[in-house]
Amino acid sequence: MSLAYYKEENKDMQKNEYDVIIIGAGVEGCMIARELSRYKLRILLIEKNDDVATGTTKANTGIVHAGYNAAVGSNKASMNVRGNALFDTIASELNVPFERIGDYVVALTDEDIPKIEALLDKGKKNGVPGIEILSKEEMLRREPNLNPNLKLALYAPTGGMVDPIGLSIAAAENAIDNGVEIKLLTEVKNLLKKGKRIVGVETNRGNFYGKWIINSAGLYSDVIMKWAGIESDFKITPRKGEYFIFDPSYKPIHSILFPTPTPTTKGILVTITTYGNIGIGPNDEETEDKEDKSTTYPGLKEVMDGGKRLVPSLNMKYIIKEFAGLRARGNAGLMHDRYSSMIPRDFIMEVPDDVVEGFVNLAGIESPGLAASPGIAEWVVNALKEHGLKMEKKKDFNPIRTPIPSFASLSREEQARLIEKDPRFGRIVCRCENVTEGEIVRAIHAPLPALSYDALKRRLHIGMGRCQGGFDTPRTIEILSRELGIPPVKVTKNGDDSFFLKRETKSVEAKK
Amino acid sequence: MREKAIDVAIIGSGPAGMAAAISAKQAGAEDVLLIDREIEEGGILNQCIHNGFGTQIFRKDLTGPEYVHFFAEKVMASNVKVWNDTMVLELTPEREIYAISPERGMVKIKARSVVLAMGCRERPRGAINIPGDRPSGVYTAGTVQRLINIEGYMPGERFVILGSGDIGMIMARRVTLEGGRVERVVEILPYLSGLRRNYSQCIVDYNIPLQLSHTVVRINGRKHLESVTIAKVDEKRKPIAGTEETIPADTLILSVGLIPENELSKQAGVLIDPLTGGPYVDESMQTNIPGIFAAGNVVHVYDLVDWVSKAGELAGRSAGKYAVKHKEESRRKIRLLPGKNVHHIVPQFFDPLSLEEGEQKIQFRVTKPFETTVKVSMIGNNNKKVKERILRYARPSEMIEINIPQSIIGSLSRVKTLSIDVEEVKNA
Amino acid sequence: MPEKEEITKLICIMCPMGCELKVLHKGKDVLKVEGNGCPLGIKFAKEELTNPKRVIITTVQVEGGLYPLVPVRSEKPVPKSVFFKILEELRKVKVKAPLKFHQVVLKNAMNTGVNIITTRALPKA
Repeated sequence: MSLAYYKEENKDMQKNEYDVIIIGAGVEGCMIARELSRYKLRILLIEKNDDVATGTTKANTGIVHAGYNAAVGSNKASMNVRGNALFDTIASELNVPFERIGDYVVALTDEDIPKIEALLDKGKKNGVPGIEILSKEEMLRREPNLNPNLKLALYAPTGGMVDPIGLSIAAAENAIDNGVEIKLLTEVKNLLKKGKRIVGVETNRGNFYGKWIINSAGLYSDVIMKWAGIESDFKITPRKGEYFIFDPSYKPIHSILFPTPTPTTKGILVTITTYGNIGIGPNDEETEDKEDKSTTYPGLKEVMDGGKRLVPSLNMKYIIKEFAGLRARGNAGLMHDRYSSMIPRDFIMEVPDDVVEGFVNLAGIESPGLAASPGIAEWVVNALKEHGLKMEKKKDFNPIRTPIPSFASLSREEQARLIEKDPRFGRIVCRCENVTEGEIVRAIHAPLPALSYDALKRRLHIGMGRCQGGFDTPRTIEILSRELGIPPVKVTKNGDDSFFLKRETKSVEAKK
Repeated sequence: MREKAIDVAIIGSGPAGMAAAISAKQAGAEDVLLIDREIEEGGILNQCIHNGFGTQIFRKDLTGPEYVHFFAEKVMASNVKVWNDTMVLELTPEREIYAISPERGMVKIKARSVVLAMGCRERPRGAINIPGDRPSGVYTAGTVQRLINIEGYMPGERFVILGSGDIGMIMARRVTLEGGRVERVVEILPYLSGLRRNYSQCIVDYNIPLQLSHTVVRINGRKHLESVTIAKVDEKRKPIAGTEETIPADTLILSVGLIPENELSKQAGVLIDPLTGGPYVDESMQTNIPGIFAAGNVVHVYDLVDWVSKAGELAGRSAGKYAVKHKEESRRKIRLLPGKNVHHIVPQFFDPLSLEEGEQKIQFRVTKPFETTVKVSMIGNNNKKVKERILRYARPSEMIEINIPQSIIGSLSRVKTLSIDVEEVKNA
Repeated sequence: MPEKEEITKLICIMCPMGCELKVLHKGKDVLKVEGNGCPLGIKFAKEELTNPKRVIITTVQVEGGLYPLVPVRSEKPVPKSVFFKILEELRKVKVKAPLKFHQVVLKNAMNTGVNIITTRALPKA
């Protein structure tokens, strides 16, 4: 399976016909694929990168928002609250760590107080369960390292943390298990049309035909819309957010802590990830470049200052990593809600069949897109049903995804048994996260194969500890080379020309 | 799960661990087990193919592999059990070790005493917050050393090296000898952080451009490193705007410091000195947990491997004695404190009565370089100076060792702390 | 033209101390060495000004070994003038595993009378 990516593409035309083609394997695309795999359909999930969840999903804080931020009546609000409610089932079926650790919005000044009260009101109208305002004393009792000058805080017990990448991988794996086909390293170059109807996609690996095409292309959803011939003035302007991640041994807080939001962002927050690291970020900078995931001094400083506003004692000495991600912000403006009042047209979710047929459009899905993703997947299924796609449930749909055993999280006895069965689990390749060769080999040969170092990192958290890959990199390159059957110089960090090695040490003459 | 009871377990078979194994045996311990995650003993020295090792212990200038060879021979000859390809997952305060290997599976080892000899690890990019992209082509020096010397691959052709520590300079030479080009070595400090001899034979010998008071301010390249932006820094080590220079390069080597590797130590409840990053130890290299000893770069980062082995020898001897005869007495310890211009001291505690057995050695590093004569004073908390010594120079890159002579034992009877000061001697 | 007395600054590499030497010399004749911590410093200064030498340390390719390379060194320092030539020679050397400790991989390198030897034993893969 994995080796196929290094060989010529199969040009068999008959195999290229599907009921549904999903463009983009971010968290939305993967969740939609998984939800559709409950039905007797031929489904194709297409991704331009060498793995799922490499775009806007990758640099996401991982918060499953409770749903008090979005405007009452907006798609954001309804999808967020619905998606959040579906998370317990989905996370347990997909075996993804998810915890409702609760989220807090902290008022640091007197001016913040009415804003917090407004959030409470919005949250109640949006149907957020259990939302309440906490006194300063209660907030400090729960999080003693918070800024002692805080006034009060909003508490939403349904706020949770999930690993967005892990969730996407799990959803994709489960979808594959249930018959979905996935094509990585496959970039859509145009849409194929027959009259008013979109009939397929043109890609670097040939054409694929589908009765329905779903645009879940994230940062590139505006480009797909243009090709579809709708809303040529819609534009995604990436908003960059930078983050810091701390050593997991450092834990000054243990929940999700937001400052009081501004009209455009939720602000720089301090949170604990599902893997126990403290994370701070993101700031919010506009960029024109959809691939610009670079960090900057001013940006990182802003994040640091923001984090320290909430938790003044934050010790930067424990930072092990910084990175940036891009939010897919659209410019869709306002729309009328069902009471004819104006609300933001935030998440675009539509079947624009007055203009094109066979096209489901999802665009401008930024935060809280992760929390909303199960809701959006559910909406897509309903939309396809309403628009006449014959959808018959499979009897043999298996909702459970069995992950690769995570050696580090097993008991000593379980570890001992695992090594007895497969001695490769007895060799630690990543010493900080205790990842074994056994796990690496399995991930490379999984239904959704890990083809690069970063793909392994996303699945196994290899190289994410204190030494940040210093120890495991040479060993992992060797394993990737061996298992993929490619020379070590062809092993990449994350596809394209992100090679680790240039040449053999002795392959050129020394220059003088 | 297999269980095994032994006298002394040594975690890590680098220069500290091998020396500890030999001396534990010599101290009378029967069953000594040397555990290492690599497939052969020697630790990181196996990839340090350059010379400069062994001048103190072997009176010879050896390469890393040669140093390992001679030590490994002694280990073999002393009937120490060696378990390679074995990773210690956990150490408990009761000195139980959970270790795994493909060959033996999981083994629970009960040791009468333990020597921590896990060495150190390199500070990665994240720890120094270099902004920019996150492409391939950014490595720590040790990783590049392993790739070039052991695995047989060059990561690139045009290199920038951040950090003028010994590993950084040695890699500059190594890369050059293998046909790579070192475009620049940049050092954030206004002085070299490694040994001068390495500056001479690794940098000057090959005309490699080195810039002090400079640092990398941006990493450029979406998928693979394309260039590195450097800038001059002010006295506070902050980049000065307008001094940026972008150097095309496909590999950035980070040589920005080593951190003692103490995850296992912490699991076992061993307390860590924030100044060294390693355990607090006493004159016998015992940590705060009875029966758990530590030696080498796990305690504090050394600049000479010979001293690492000497520390290992001491820790091994103490661990061996402890295993033979549980010595559980708690005696009065004097706390050694870093004073003027001193960054840290090892050991942090010492038993004045140990002077009855002979002089005791202490090691420390200064906070800044002194190129002229300095005076080292050892001052008790009663403000009495108990010892003074003159040194020709003192540099942060070179650890300083001084003795506490037997003769001062009398003057320590009421002393609780001793602080070490280093000061310039005017008109020496 | 008679050679003038001059001072050259060197960093001694005989041991990790790295003494900073001030060498007073007339051409290749060393008149006085200052700053040396031991007699090796004088020896180094004299040699550095007449015929500077360095130990060669690198790796050579191995066939069928536990690792693809084996570390090697010159038994003694070799003149800097032939240093890179020997290095080039060594790039072409390919030895077969198993290898013994201090096994010669290149004899009498560039007629210096110095052998290049392994610095470790290397078993077969």
